[in-house]
Order: sequence, then structure tokens, then C-alpha cells
Amino acid sequence: MKKAVVYLNQFFGQIGGEDVADHAPEIREEKVGAAMLYDQLLDAEVTHTVICGDNFMGSNTEEAVEIILDFLKDVDFDIFFAGPAFQAGRYGMACGEIGKAVKEEFDVPVISSMNIENPGVEVFKKDIYIFPGGHSAAKMRDDVKKITDFGNKILNGEKLLPAEEEGYYKRGIRHQYFLEDETPAYERAIDMLLKKINGEEFESELPIPELDLVEIAPAIEDLSETTIALVTSGGIVPVDNPDKIQSASATRWGKYDISGMDRLENRDSNNFKTIHAGYDPAAADADPNVVVPVDAMRKYEEEGRIGKLHDYFYSTVGTGTTQKEAARMGKEIAQELQDANVQAVILTST
Amino acid sequence: MVKEIEKAGFTVVQMANLIPVAKTVGANRMVPTISIPYPLGDPSTSKEEQWELRYHRVGVALDALTTEIEEQKVFDVEI
Repeated sequence: MKKAVVYLNQFFGQIGGEDVADHAPEIREEKVGAAMLYDQLLDAEVTHTVICGDNFMGSNTEEAVEIILDFLKDVDFDIFFAGPAFQAGRYGMACGEIGKAVKEEFDVPVISSMNIENPGVEVFKKDIYIFPGGHSAAKMRDDVKKITDFGNKILNGEKLLPAEEEGYYKRGIRHQYFLEDETPAYERAIDMLLKKINGEEFESELPIPELDLVEIAPAIEDLSETTIALVTSGGIVPVDNPDKIQSASATRWGKYDISGMDRLENRDSNNFKTIHAGYDPAAADADPNVVVPVDAMRKYEEEGRIGKLHDYFYSTVGTGTTQKEAARMGKEIAQELQDANVQAVILTST
Repeated sequence: MVKEIEKAGFTVVQMANLIPVAKTVGANRMVPTISIPYPLGDPSTSKEEQWELRYHRVGVALDALTTEIEEQKVFDVEI
């Protein structure tokens, strides 16, 4: 029987929630949590489960990868699964990081599942097989089924089809491939050309990946003449959350007056807290300046290094938030900043 | 968000722990932070250490705002 290893985060590995997101990597010679579902669906036995906290992997990536590769070097396995990570950004990045490393080190197929909005897709789809998945764990069964079906095809040595047909995100890898109807390249090229000349739709066989970079804004010449605003996706708000910004998948943002404040006072003193549901709020609630550094900016203002810290900071929540909503909110905030004559921005994300 | 702000013409620096995500999203000036739940001050260290770290890294972000760059750049931090 072939053997599989499954990678899960602290939550799906049944260690706990955000409070243990710093959990160091561990390996267990058993099926933990979602690994049991893999075991039922695979034509292989899941022999080990690797579990690592998302924050540990996010903040100590090299160390985490090294520890896990070390765990695995004496394990005999034919295939590696990570996730599903749904729309959880840190988990998706973690699955990608470890998946890529395992693929390189042990040269076994690595398969994961992530929602299209997960940043892990864009970063790692070229390195490992990633299948489109649901938004949340409600889709666990469907997502695991999809990737184990594909895993079984590989394990059983079946012929693999191009990305579109198998259903995973395109990796941008080119294979030599014979069409079933054997239409030669020159005929396809002429067909495509004619379509193009006639203004008809055609599909290129060599799509060029789009890079969506923004033109780099020029450097600020004299900071001491500049008004700088703080913007955050870390969900810092007044304790009563007056704009009712959602704790996840936010569609709203707020601006909060900090004129006359030397620092952001904390939740216990009834001032600012975080409503972000994607990380442990303890540190940010105790001292919101660790997310929105008003205190440090005031010091630079006092020293004359910057002209002025803008009277408001802008805040929303960046977990589960779609790129479309983030872009809209970014545009709206930019408009405010223009109206307020701000020249530069420090954006902090969590 | 960072892209829309830069598109509107602002010089912007993103302070983030997940630098690979910031890069992929398309931030141009980036400064690393130390973690996700406490980007600019580890609560297991003293208040003074947290302050020094935060003051330093925000200072690096200010340097980033005054630096001309040709391509995406992650600025180095010392603490």
C-alpha cells in the first residue's frame, strides 16, 4: 500500500485556535483531524500528520520548513497533501511554503486546495498542484474529495490531463501534447490568425501571464515638509467599533481622529482595540501601537523628521476580505487622503 | 489597498510580516514586521525593547519613503 503524509495547521490539527497559532511544528505517527478523511478517500494509507501553527510558519518560515523536512527524512511516503486552506491566507501560505519545500526535497507529488482569493494560490500555484476550494471548512469534504481523486490518479499511474481538464490552477508549465484530432500546429495557427483578422474570439495556446504592478511613486524629497497618514488592515478601532467594521470579509472601513494623542491607549482604558478575527487580539488590545504605531510617529514628528502625522488613521480588517473589496476600500481611502492633502502613507498589515 | 493608494499617486510603504504576500499583491516599498498578531512589538519582551524595535522599524519605513527605487524592494531592518 502506498503511503501519504498530510500537513495541517493548529486548528485542523486539533491543537486549538488563534491563541496557539505560534505552535511549533510537530509530527505524529497517526491520523489527526482532517487526515482521517484523507485516509478514507485515498488509495493509500495516511501514516503521519504534520501540524504547525500558522503564525509559527508565517514568522519563522525557514526554521519551520527545516524542522519539518527533518521530521520527514526518515519517513517513507509517496504523496504529500497540505490543507485544504480555504480562504485562510496564512494557512494557504503555510501549505505553499511546506509543499514547495517537500516537493523539492523529496520529489513526491504535492497537492493542496485553496480558495481563489487565498494569496497562497498566486504565490505557489507554479510549485505544487493547487485545486480551487471553498471559502470555509464547510467545504472540507468536497475539497478533500477533489484533491484525493487527483492524488489517486497519480498514485495509480493514470494519464494526467492539462490543468484546465484536471481542474487545478494553471502552473504555467508547458508539456508536449498531441491533440486527439491531430490538427497540426500550422493549421491551428492559420485558424487563429484568420479569427484575429476577422475580429473573432480566439484562444492563444501560449498565454502570457499578466503582471499587475503599479507604477512606483517617486521618493519623498523632504519628509520634514510631509504629512504622513497611517492606514491598517489590522482592524484597530475605537472600542465601540462605531463603523461596525466586520471582523472578517470586511466591506467597511473607518477613519479615527488621533489629533492630540501621543499614542493609542488600549482596550482596558476604553480606547482602542482590534476587531480582526484572523489573529490573536491579546497583544493588539493591550497595546494598539504594535499595529498602528502612533507613538513612534509622534516621536518622529516631535524630532522634526516628519512634517506631520495626519490627524486620522484609517482602518479595516484584512482577513477573508476579497481583492475586489480591498481595492474599492483602498480607492475610497486614497480619495480621502487626497482631499486631506496627505503626501505619504505607511500601511501596516497583520 | 496598498496598490490603490499608490495608483492614486501617494508614496506608500507597506509594513508586513508576510512579505511574499505583499510582493505578490504588488506593494513596491516593503518593510518586514516581526509577527502577525504583534507586528511592531513582542509582548514577551520589555516595554523598552518593544519601543526600540517599533521606533527603529517605523524609521526604516520613513527611509523607504525617501528612497527612489526601480523595482519592488524590501528594506533591511536591524532589530
